[in-house]
Amino acid sequence: MLEIKNLHAKVDGREILNGLDLTIPAGEVHAIMGPNGSGKSTLSYVLAGKDDYEVTDGSVTWKGEDLLAMEPDERAAAGVFLAFQYPMEIPGVATMTFLRSAVNAVRKARGEEEYSTPDFLRTVKEKAKDLKIDMEMLRRPLNVGFSGGEKKRNEILQMSLLEPGLCILDETDSGLDIDALRIVADGVNALRSPERCMLVITHYQRLLNHIVPDRVHVLSKGRVARSGGPELALELEKSGYADYGDEATAA
Amino acid sequence: MPAVEQTVERVKEIDVDKYKYGFSTDIESVRAPKGLSEDIVRFISAKKGEPEWLLDWRLEAYRRWRTMQEPTWAKVHYPKIDFEDLYYYAAPKSTEGPKSLDEVDPELLRTYEKLGIPLKEQEVLAGVQGAPKVAVDAVFDSVSVVTTFKEELAKAGVIFCSISEAVKTHPELVKKYLGSVVPITDNFYATLNSAVFSDGSFVYVPEGVRCPMELSTYFRINAENTGQFERTLIIADKGAYVSYLEGCTAPMRDENQLHAAVVELVALEDAEIKYSTVQNWYPGDAEGKGGVYNFVTKRGDCRGDRSKISWTQVETGSAITWKYPSCILRGHGSRGEFYSIAISNGYQQVDSGTKMIHLGRDTSSRIISKGIAAGFSDNTYRGLVSAHRKATNARNFTCCDSLLIGDRCGAHTVPYIEAKNSSATFEHEATTSKISDDQLFYCLSRGLSEEEAVALIVNGFVRDVLQQLPMEFMAETQKLIGISLEGSVG
Ligand SMILES: Nc1ncnc2c1ncn2[C@@H]1O[C@H](COP(=O)(O)OP(=O)(O)OP(=O)(O)O)[C@@H](O)[C@H]1O
Ligand SMILES: [Mg+2]
Repeated sequence: MLEIKNLHAKVDGREILNGLDLTIPAGEVHAIMGPNGSGKSTLSYVLAGKDDYEVTDGSVTWKGEDLLAMEPDERAAAGVFLAFQYPMEIPGVATMTFLRSAVNAVRKARGEEEYSTPDFLRTVKEKAKDLKIDMEMLRRPLNVGFSGGEKKRNEILQMSLLEPGLCILDETDSGLDIDALRIVADGVNALRSPERCMLVITHYQRLLNHIVPDRVHVLSKGRVARSGGPELALELEKSGYADYGDEATAA
Repeated sequence: MPAVEQTVERVKEIDVDKYKYGFSTDIESVRAPKGLSEDIVRFISAKKGEPEWLLDWRLEAYRRWRTMQEPTWAKVHYPKIDFEDLYYYAAPKSTEGPKSLDEVDPELLRTYEKLGIPLKEQEVLAGVQGAPKVAVDAVFDSVSVVTTFKEELAKAGVIFCSISEAVKTHPELVKKYLGSVVPITDNFYATLNSAVFSDGSFVYVPEGVRCPMELSTYFRINAENTGQFERTLIIADKGAYVSYLEGCTAPMRDENQLHAAVVELVALEDAEIKYSTVQNWYPGDAEGKGGVYNFVTKRGDCRGDRSKISWTQVETGSAITWKYPSCILRGHGSRGEFYSIAISNGYQQVDSGTKMIHLGRDTSSRIISKGIAAGFSDNTYRGLVSAHRKATNARNFTCCDSLLIGDRCGAHTVPYIEAKNSSATFEHEATTSKISDDQLFYCLSRGLSEEEAVALIVNGFVRDVLQQLPMEFMAETQKLIGISLEGSVG
């Protein structure tokens, strides 16, 4: 479903992704781990289409289409969703307003009907309840003054509303307390489906106890240094990334 | 909140052609010859059948104006205006005061239709049953041609008519208050207006009356090369309340148009006037050519104790805006408010702000200004807050926020503060920010287009001020914010 081949990307003239290959078949959840600065967030931004990330080589195919040729909003319409490591604040814009604008924009682009107000409210209420998000919070300006955990839960709420085909979660677990982690994980698991694939970026095995991945990849210096099953995450938890640092330097 | 909620929806509804409001109607104009002289002033006054005192008043202003210089202190640049090359009087053909809408020039009605006025004003104009009671005194070109709901207002004792009519029907009120807030000597443009003012609205709300509906006027510049000189006078007698809305759109054209209106507000004891403007005149083409010059003098006089005047403005149009709605806080315990959204894009230049003149004891004022600059535009907030020697316990809070879109525009804040009484408390806050690429990307990654994203972020930025607008204006305003920022990114 998602096929990344020999991806090279630069930021500020510096090469961060350096020949990355990754394939996620439909219905699978892949985890990406790797040391700080190895390029995990960069990969997520490149997939979502952030401006300052220049792809210098390689290709990304999503459902048979050239993802890199699309604008960020087109990618959203095509089903790409990135739960940000650091969600943005937008002062003055009620979260609810933002959600509605986003959902309707995406639905419209997909040729679906826009939600009516009552339908939309009902849908949000339902999903917010599952994620234990207080409706009162959704009346506040987007992410402004939200706690770290609230921001992350809000990302998952957006994800479930936008019904993406490719879910990229960038360290969604960081900043979550134990209960919130379970809630978020349940939210993510609820979205697992044969038509959907997921890329879960995390530093901790803990999250992967809840969201059990089909594959685990270790990213180092801008490429996949090793891939394996869920047991790879456990191994990393014990031994750390020391080996990969060396290997990548040698490469 | 519902205001912002609809934004994106509204923006989407808008036609792709930006200036669907840019068109001319060809109602034949009756014009005075070009240029300004005593004879023209006499001609205007005679055309309107004015009494002697008003003609004298105009002539005094005219003579005064001849001795005055155009002000140059504002941060705006434009080619010198040749005041001898303008028409000072133009009236649509049908000026005989239609008794009902059937008698209104159909061309005029079609114009309103084309304006796509979302305020249900169209229904009001068309006399649709159950339409909201927003009274419309439509100034088409220079002469008021449609006035509705007069009867219902009359029941409440509210006088709402064109100023020319008021001169005839309520001369004592006009004589007493005209020029009492903005004297004929006030400034170059106000003096010019006093000499040649064409028409405008007159409102009088008697003692203790709460005006039963929002009063609304649509201004529209139509005949080419015609300076517009509206004159508006609103008086709220003791304990009265009135909310007045002014909105305007303009035809697209290739010539600069001068607009120099004067608005005077008088609030007596315990009275309150709320004056809201949404201004979206033609800002000029992509090169900045051809937009309206808007040089307006708006001033409110809180003449009575505990009176209150509140200005809310949304400025999105015009090539040049030079506008400082002000409050003279004369009555003890009186209060002035100024809420402003000023958006500039393309090559627009905005120099706008307010003056809060604290004269009485325990007077307070509040200024919230939101300037948004995009494209190559220049956006200046210029504000004066002053406390007189006798203004014990004067209080002001000012907050000026500027938002920049792109890096070729400019935002400036020029606050002047004068406190001659040591008990005055003036607070001033100012911020300048940019729409960050990260914010934009966040919105885009959620499926919003760039224009939707900008409209959403900007509507968030101006939220505090939007909430001050009467409901009738919110939807239009949000649309305008979207329209006026089209093409500002990417
Ligand atoms: N805009 C930028 N300008 C310059 N360098 C950048 C920029 N964005 C990322 N980098 C650099 O690229 C490298 C990869 O960053 P990235 O955020 O992708 O790492 P990461 O794997 O997500 O790390 P972490 O685990 O800390 O989140 C880092 O060295 C970072 O400093
Ligand atoms: Mg990261």
